[in-house]
Amino acid sequence: MSNAVVIQNVHKTYRQVEALKGITLDIPQGSFFGLLGPNGAGKSTLINIIAGLVRANQGHISVLGYDVVKDWRQARFSLGIVPQELVYDAFFNVREMLKLQAGYFGLGKENEPWIDELLETLSLTNKANESFLRLSGGMKRRLLIALALVHKPKVVVLDEPTAGVDVELRQSLWQFAKKLHQAGHTILLTTHYLEEAEALCEKIAILNHGEMIALDQTKNLLARHPYRWLYLDLKEDYQDFPLNLKDKIITQKPQQLVLRLHREQDSIVGILEELKKANIEVVDLHTNEPSLEEVFIHLINQETSS
Amino acid sequence: MKYNINWLGFYTLFVKEVWRFWKVATQTILAPVLNVLLYLIVFTSALSQHVEIYPNVNYTVFLLPGLIMLAILQNAFANSSSSLFQAKQNAGITFVLLAPISSLEFYLAFIGAAIVRGLLVGIGVWISVIFFVDLPFHNIGLAFFFAIIASGLLGAFGLVSAIYSDKWDHIAAFQNFIILPLTFLSGVFYLIRDLPPFWAKISYFNPFFYLIDGFRYSFLGVSDMNLMVSIIFSSAAFIAISIFTVWLLETGYKLRG
Repeated sequence: MSNAVVIQNVHKTYRQVEALKGITLDIPQGSFFGLLGPNGAGKSTLINIIAGLVRANQGHISVLGYDVVKDWRQARFSLGIVPQELVYDAFFNVREMLKLQAGYFGLGKENEPWIDELLETLSLTNKANESFLRLSGGMKRRLLIALALVHKPKVVVLDEPTAGVDVELRQSLWQFAKKLHQAGHTILLTTHYLEEAEALCEKIAILNHGEMIALDQTKNLLARHPYRWLYLDLKEDYQDFPLNLKDKIITQKPQQLVLRLHREQDSIVGILEELKKANIEVVDLHTNEPSLEEVFIHLINQETSS
Repeated sequence: MKYNINWLGFYTLFVKEVWRFWKVATQTILAPVLNVLLYLIVFTSALSQHVEIYPNVNYTVFLLPGLIMLAILQNAFANSSSSLFQAKQNAGITFVLLAPISSLEFYLAFIGAAIVRGLLVGIGVWISVIFFVDLPFHNIGLAFFFAIIASGLLGAFGLVSAIYSDKWDHIAAFQNFIILPLTFLSGVFYLIRDLPPFWAKISYFNPFFYLIDGFRYSFLGVSDMNLMVSIIFSSAAFIAISIFTVWLLETGYKLRG
């Protein structure tokens, strides 16, 4: 599979602050790729360099083989960006904004059926003649998506598209992003919502302080976390537990215990035997695998302590 | 897609810029025209009976081309500066910066719109006064030449000020500390040679003076300065600021981080 976006040794410094410290990363064509990281990790800087909104101090980025600096016209034509902020032009209505945006990309009347289709798909048809300022928050988000897709880009960047939106809209945006992916678009998603990345992305890169601290398939990343959780329902409200189990207990409620177990060092059978020896009767049990959120926190903490 | 010039992109941005000010034409066209008419009424009521600048040219006729040019200059500046600065403030400029539009195409679109607004205001003032003032027209081609150069120059200056500005206060500073002094030392209301020698000397370095003097010549057929000097000086100033503006856009200063 060839790569939709190739990022090679990208550095960016704002005055004294090193926002990106040599990021190298390939995003395969047709993939749904997640870019995660806490605030200030460098995600938006990287997205803005891909989009040509910020210039790197060092390194190269290409989109579908087009260098974003040398072949900037073709690179920008291949790219659709849904910005994080609700950017707008108050002078124009929804349809006018879409027509103007298509025009900037060299597309005229022949593109109007696609504009109609976008309005329809994003449930904006009855708002086509409204000004941006009169739209609800959700509609504004959908319009920004329509604007990013107006020139039919092959690579779509969603920069925290669900930040601050309600659950219903988040779900509908997820569905739309999935549809885009199924239609063959390469999607690059940055998000704070780790469940979003977990649900949508096949591969994830995690940035922290301008460095890439992880890059893997989502399932491998999830498996990388060394702990899992053991939930136990107990017959009685026990107070004394074996000494070597005490440091594994993270939650203790009446007749309920949650233990954090190391995948390799702790066996569930061993734990149950220890409890049996201490005359603690287990009624039911289940385990929980780590979520991306836990992996993320684990990796960030690991990086901070190193 | 391979192309060297994004013609439709440039044209769309130009149309958008014209469309933007046309949607608020009361504020962008009619108000400036009314403004000039008020100036004209006040100045001519007070002075036209007492002052004759050139032989057989009364003060109203002398003043009018200068006032038209003043309106052109101010509105061309206002158009590009307010449009770009507002787009910077609400981040609407992102839509253009994401598109395959070059710095030159960007510049030409904004300047084109500034010229259209400058001409519309200038023509608006001219149409509204010809019923009251017997204003001669010596050379219509020259009038358009100076009007286009003037609005282009101030359009470019408006872009530069919008790029540098971080708040509306900065735009106002450009207007009050650069445009306004240059306007008052340009000979709109008087002949430069009538000024004290120091201020007259300074005025000869002011591009607004050459624009107004040349523009006035295209109506009256008389001027303070040799016409060719006005043409060359105005054109040189326009070319210089155009090169600077395109370079500034190309660096991405305050537009692309």
